[in-house]
Amino acid sequence: MTVEPRVEDPNDQFPIGMRVLAVDDDPTCLRLLDTLLRRCQYHVTTTSQAITALKMLRENKNQFDLVISDVHMPDMDGFKLLELVGLEMDLPVIMLSANDDPKLVMKGITHGACDYLLKPVRIEQLKNIWQHVIRRRRFDPRDQNNSDSRDKWRQGPGEGGQGSTEPGNPDHGKLNKKRKDQNEDDDEENDENGHDNEDPSTQKKPRVVWSVELHRKFVAAVNQLGIDRAVPKKILDLMNVEKLTRENVASHLQKYRLYLKRISCVANQQANMVAALGSTDSTYLHSLNGLGNFYNLSGSGQLPNSTFRSFPPSGMLGRLNTPSGMGMHCLSSSEMVQLGHLQNSSNPINNGGKFQPVLLPGNQNGIILQGMPMSLELEQLQHNKGIIRVGELSTAIGDSTVFPASSGFPDTKMTSSRSSSSLLVAANSPLMLQGHSQENQRRGGLRNQNSATLLNTELPSSFPDHGRCNDNWSTAVQPSGIQSSSFPLSDCFKQATLHPSNLRDNISSVTLQSGTNLRDVSCVTSMPPPLPDSRTDLECQAMTISGNSVKIMNYSPKVWDDHKQKLSHHSSLGCSSTNSLIPAPGVMGTFDQGLDLKNTISDRNMDFNLMGESNFVNPLPMQQNAVEESASDTALQLKQGCTLGQRKPQSSYASNNVGSLEDLVSAMMKQVRLSSFIFKVFC
Amino acid sequence: MLGLGADRLRADMNRLLALLFHQGVLDEQFLQLQQLQDETSPNFVSEVVNIYFHESEKLLRNLRGLLMDREFSDYKKMGIHLNQFMGSSSSIGAKRVRNVCVAFRAASEQNNRAGCLRALELVEHEYCYLKNKLHELFQLEQQRVLAAGVRYPIQN
Repeated sequence: MTVEPRVEDPNDQFPIGMRVLAVDDDPTCLRLLDTLLRRCQYHVTTTSQAITALKMLRENKNQFDLVISDVHMPDMDGFKLLELVGLEMDLPVIMLSANDDPKLVMKGITHGACDYLLKPVRIEQLKNIWQHVIRRRRFDPRDQNNSDSRDKWRQGPGEGGQGSTEPGNPDHGKLNKKRKDQNEDDDEENDENGHDNEDPSTQKKPRVVWSVELHRKFVAAVNQLGIDRAVPKKILDLMNVEKLTRENVASHLQKYRLYLKRISCVANQQANMVAALGSTDSTYLHSLNGLGNFYNLSGSGQLPNSTFRSFPPSGMLGRLNTPSGMGMHCLSSSEMVQLGHLQNSSNPINNGGKFQPVLLPGNQNGIILQGMPMSLELEQLQHNKGIIRVGELSTAIGDSTVFPASSGFPDTKMTSSRSSSSLLVAANSPLMLQGHSQENQRRGGLRNQNSATLLNTELPSSFPDHGRCNDNWSTAVQPSGIQSSSFPLSDCFKQATLHPSNLRDNISSVTLQSGTNLRDVSCVTSMPPPLPDSRTDLECQAMTISGNSVKIMNYSPKVWDDHKQKLSHHSSLGCSSTNSLIPAPGVMGTFDQGLDLKNTISDRNMDFNLMGESNFVNPLPMQQNAVEESASDTALQLKQGCTLGQRKPQSSYASNNVGSLEDLVSAMMKQVRLSSFIFKVFC
Repeated sequence: MLGLGADRLRADMNRLLALLFHQGVLDEQFLQLQQLQDETSPNFVSEVVNIYFHESEKLLRNLRGLLMDREFSDYKKMGIHLNQFMGSSSSIGAKRVRNVCVAFRAASEQNNRAGCLRALELVEHEYCYLKNKLHELFQLEQQRVLAAGVRYPIQN
């Protein structure tokens, strides 16, 4: 058999000779596009009718590599064509339009466009469109997960290199997908950065998950070395963990440092808030203290362990018991710092990448208001469901189980943190929220719930009793101290509806307290004019915190109760509902909270949804970066947990959202004002 | 002599182009069009611009027809025409035309009929100016090509 000489295979010279089908009803643009594409050395076919284009595509599925289509066409909507091409031929489609309305761009992306270009199209942009073909070919056989993991992976190692504080990966990925104009650029960047991704083995490289244990070790090592002298290599050696690379440690260290910085700011703020609050609500203070103690307990000297809560245990406890013993007041600067650390720590611990707050080496007053740790504790409280004595808190905290660490932390930790959690609960609402926010990756639902439970359990006396366990959040919310808003988890927010007045107070208190941790709080404060409705407040808070899920949460405490049963579910429910509910920017707009954040949130949510990655970042446009980060983390957590049933992020944003939305809506429809509203919008 | 004419014509062309750029009538997208013109498509710019004129006049007529109608209410349809007009204008680099279209679109989105009418007049005005200037440019170009093409036989 003779081997026939291979006459130049057009594919070999790819992208030269790539077969493009251009569709545009405007002859001027079509002509221009035709010439531009030919200049890029593609093989161009043009038509001004979408119907003709479909016919051509259907005739021979292998006739084209890429389709470029205008959005507004007389015979067929560009999005429709996009969908059909995606479904039937599975070709990459690039949308083209003179209109740069983000809603349209979003629509394009959600309908599956791999890019959205604006007229006038420049040749530089067209020179890069072949990447979409490669990308699709490459990842098509594998499902979305690969791209997601690829993104994550890509971002993972990158974190070490970059000093970015934000939960880098999700943000990065999401942003990339979101920006229409920059899509190409971003894609290019990603491609460049992720050269290794080309290698299948590297693509699947798993990301290091910074579990609570791991983080604890890390913090222990850092503290042992001294934060100033801690270098990745030494930390790695001290930690003595298999399969951990220096790079992992380096990136984690970076995040940790940033977290510490954040904490110190937060701690200061919180201390101020506590001081302010302390005078008003002793219970609250108690809770604060309790929380602080909790943190302290965990922290007292056991930093490694309680990386999350470095609150000085002993001192706090004492404080907790005294109504006036507002730990906050006593917060010394060191404590403050620690608190801050704690807060942060809770987050990082949970998330794996987030930095765990520096354990307070022993601040006595470590008012942990920071909330981060609280949230952890709260979660735990939920589990515990017991009323945790204030005094106990400290002990409980000591176990540092409080951290809602990503891994099933709440369950285990709950017990330990019982006391603390109770305390936490009291003050937790704000704190918890903070914590939650910090915990980016924590299970969204869990945290919320935990906090809620914590709150509920804790404040039997001071807060209305809503049904403790399940309603932890709600009760938690209720307690004046509870800053429902601070709960990043939507669940918390739901609870918030419990006491309008409380909420309001909570919100304000939360705001005061939370400083950075409470993203929500700050959100609250920055939120638009006072919400008349506590629910609204909650909503707002929720919005800020978990971005939309919170709102939904608020409304259906019942639903939450059910959900609470399963911690993970809770969060997920809350999250998914919120997230899904808020997917569209339009939806956000429906909220009449007047939150400016709305859009941001929705955008974020959308991003999150779009990305479908667990690294959901920041749903709320928090004022403070720290908060934002935590919020995003939380949101991320939420999101992760949220997708009811862990739905994998789907390429179709809309469908993804709708699905979860539907679930949520059905559950909450009657009760949740928002959900029904959203539902309407959605439908 | 004619050679000098060609140079002069080219100078005139450049001057006109510079003026148009300076006035903001054209932007760098027009330069891109010019860059796409080469041996394989020697008259690319004029071809595309002529297509543009043809289509634009249709669109502008439609727009005016819509707005003149006393019972006009179909802003959406107007938006579609306008969108296409904006797309093609920006594609050839007609910056001022496109900018007044933006104002037109804003008025249209607010369902402001009076504002739309005003904007339409502005658009028509800008369009006319652009068309005249581009015609002038093409004429110069044609003359230049003719002038450059003439060669006197070299005589010893």
